[in-house]
Formats: sequence, C-alpha cells, structure tokens
Amino acid sequence: MRALLTHSTYLLILAACVIGTLPLEVLLHTGVYRRWPRLLAALVPVVVVFGCWDLLAIHQHTWFYARRYLIGVFLPGRLPLEELLFFLVIPTCAVLTFEAVRVRRPEWPVGDEQ
Amino acid sequence: MSYTLLAVIGAVAAVVLDWAVLRTRLVRRRVFWTTYAIVVFFQFVTNGLLTGLPIVSYNPERIVGPRLVYAPVEDLLFGFAMITMTLSLWVWAGRRAATAKLRASR
Repeated sequence: MRALLTHSTYLLILAACVIGTLPLEVLLHTGVYRRWPRLLAALVPVVVVFGCWDLLAIHQHTWFYARRYLIGVFLPGRLPLEELLFFLVIPTCAVLTFEAVRVRRPEWPVGDEQ
Repeated sequence: MSYTLLAVIGAVAAVVLDWAVLRTRLVRRRVFWTTYAIVVFFQFVTNGLLTGLPIVSYNPERIVGPRLVYAPVEDLLFGFAMITMTLSLWVWAGRRAATAKLRASR
C-alpha cells in the first residue's frame, strides 16, 4: 500500500494541479474545458514540442527520473507516462489562470475579442 | 547541446512564435505578465516538489549550476517557453475562431 502511494507521487502532484485549478472553471466560469476543441488546438503542438525536448534530454542524460515515484508506465524513448500528462496538465492550468485573470480584469485586452 | 543553451533557445523561440509567427504579441500585454506571475509562483511549488524529492534529477555537466527552489535556473526558461507557447496558441486559436464567425455572419 505504502509502495503504491510512493509510486503514485508524481501522478498525485499532477492530480493536485488539476483539482486545484478546477474552482477557476466552476466558480469563475473560465470556460476552458467547455471550449475543449480550442484547448486541444493549443495543447497538441505543446505536447509534441516539449515531449520531443524531454525525449532528447532523456537520451542525452540531461535529467533522470526516480522510478520509485513513478507508476512505471513508459512510452517509447523511456518517457514516463507522467511526463506526457505533465505537458497536458500544466499548460491547461496556465490557460485556466489566463482566463481567470480575464474574468477578473475584463478591461485588459487580449487580442481574441470579437 | 547543454540544457542551458537549449533553454535559452526555447525561451527566445517562444517569444518569436508569439511576436512574429502567430502575431498574438502577448508579451506586450498586462494580462500575460499577470498570468505568468501567478503561474511562476505555482511552478516553484510543484517543480520544487519534483526536483526536491527528487522525482527528477539533473546531470551537473549539462546545467550551469545555480538553483531556485531545488530546480536548476534553466527550468525557469523551460517553463516560460512552455507557458508562452501555450497561451499564444490559445489566443491564436480563439482569434481564428472569432474571425471565422465574423465572416460567416456577413
């Protein structure tokens, strides 16, 4: 049980990021998840670019992952599943923050106004 | 190539994407820097956990040395590049949808 929890550490950190930003969508009505095709359009290039950067860094031994904190699912190139999720979760948190700032400061222009 | 050099290139490339490629020009906007200030605070928390436990550790030969909340300074540039690229794409996708809607209504 304890080992399982340790192996879920990275995954739990990512889950905390998702749960922690959920009030922005629910209470501030950021509408980010609601506009999922637009979110996906922003996320896909980020996942590709930063996923490749990660693969390169693993290949060049720039950084290493501690297996005891990972669930143990690896994608081609020894990329931990958690890393792929990181590139989906963190950018989504950033978009949620961005839209939350807009909700609170509607007078600040962004450039996508109709 | 060292992580240091790649991180500098990544941050510059993200600004070029925002300014000249997608032309969203978020780096001149208040909303962008306010968002970044909030995000970077939480980056110190989550990345501090990732690098402090450490879930991820770095080859000392590939980083310049100084660290901020356990993480190599390069991570700051990595994060900046990722956030800038994401937000620029998000606004670009939104602007495209708004333009298409406007055209359809004419």
